[in-house]
Amino acid sequence: MSEFLQHSQRILPVLLEGMGMTLFLTAVSGLLGTVLGALTALARIARNKVLVVVASGYVTLFRGTPLLLQILFFWGVMGQVLPKAPGYVFVIFALALNAGAYIAEIIRAAIQSIDKGQMEAARSVGMSYGMAMRRIVFPQTFRRLLPPMVNEAAALTKETSLAMAVGVLEMMKYSQQFVSRTGNIASTYIWTAAGYLIVTVALTSLATHLEKKLEARG
Amino acid sequence: MAQTILQIKNLHKHFGKLEVLKGIDLDVRQGEVVVVIGPSGSGKSTLLRCINYLEVPTRGRILFKGEDVGHHEVNGRMVPLPERALDKQRAHMGMVFQRFNLFPHMTALQNVVEAPIQVKGLDRAKAEALGQKLLARVGLSDKAHQYPAFLSGGQQQRVAIARALAMEPDVMLFDEPTSALDPELVGEVLQVMKDLAKEGMTMVVVTHEMGFAREVGHRVLFMDGGVVVEEATPAEIFTAPKHPRTREFLAKVL
Repeated sequence: MSEFLQHSQRILPVLLEGMGMTLFLTAVSGLLGTVLGALTALARIARNKVLVVVASGYVTLFRGTPLLLQILFFWGVMGQVLPKAPGYVFVIFALALNAGAYIAEIIRAAIQSIDKGQMEAARSVGMSYGMAMRRIVFPQTFRRLLPPMVNEAAALTKETSLAMAVGVLEMMKYSQQFVSRTGNIASTYIWTAAGYLIVTVALTSLATHLEKKLEARG
Repeated sequence: MAQTILQIKNLHKHFGKLEVLKGIDLDVRQGEVVVVIGPSGSGKSTLLRCINYLEVPTRGRILFKGEDVGHHEVNGRMVPLPERALDKQRAHMGMVFQRFNLFPHMTALQNVVEAPIQVKGLDRAKAEALGQKLLARVGLSDKAHQYPAFLSGGQQQRVAIARALAMEPDVMLFDEPTSALDPELVGEVLQVMKDLAKEGMTMVVVTHEMGFAREVGHRVLFMDGGVVVEEATPAEIFTAPKHPRTREFLAKVL
């Protein structure tokens, strides 16, 4: 037991350093993915068929292939074009594109879950399609979006661990390096798991809390 | 004779192969209350929804204050009119839905003032004064700051009427406004509608409330199978219906 504590003392500062990069990757690719996802969702329900096809193609491609492959692809291909850029830039690119595809579906589902009567009522008082979307439909989707979006953030946090495949120094990579240096497999990975859990549990309990709060408002 | 405000000419509507409206003609004059009755599936709701183009007709014309709504015919072909023109026309037609369709993220007052502010560009203070006046008119002054979820069905429908009135429409369209209400709440909504009729509002009302049709309607249309079977004053249609299908229907509902 004392051995475990000893190891722990040495692991924690290392993991903490990796945690910074993990949170950075999550936050930046999450924000970019949200913008991309919102635009894609609008394109998917647009009247313009070209937009619909392009958006659907993007979503299918990025949801239908492994994220690891996407990371390796962008790291490899973009790395040749921009050899001086740090590796995490390409990882963020891949994570954002991947998250954007999932978020697009979340947002589209939320928009389409709003009762058709809302759009009709808005149009019947003379609002344009755009105004009705902006003033009536979107504000109602925000409340429905919050819980799944927070869950998506939790998923993204775990997915950033794939960045280790291209050598980005985030929590998983630090952890793996520590294992190969010291051989302390169990305690290292247990602490790493705890590091991810702190973030994901915080996020999912926030989602649950928001869900309850929004339900109460009716 | 009052001016004709709404004209419907040979209106057809298909949903796939199903023909829901088979050539409807109807003129509505200023200040007139036209009540449309008939069994479910007769096309009466579709007719009402075609008037403000929430449902796109397959053929025929709708003229609101002399202007085509949604499309016009060029050499017998339907050519859509700009959306902007439609938005303007809709702003002058109030619509009340069976399921109220209040905006749930807004209070009663916000529901009422939303369109005057956003569509008409009325300043907030004026819009809120108007909104309060309208809520008072439907008997809901004390509910101005409540969200729809905290209002009864009857109260929600009265807010919906106030919301439609806030645009100062030239005609009000009612699509079975009391069908989704508990029986004890029907009366308060009908009362508001009666008051509106008394004040001279032009109204087209699709309803199953025969008492309302008899008492308030200037003209009653009986629809069945996508056509207007019979059209008469309430006195005529309720005491001496001419068509056997009208008699059959009224015998069931009265």
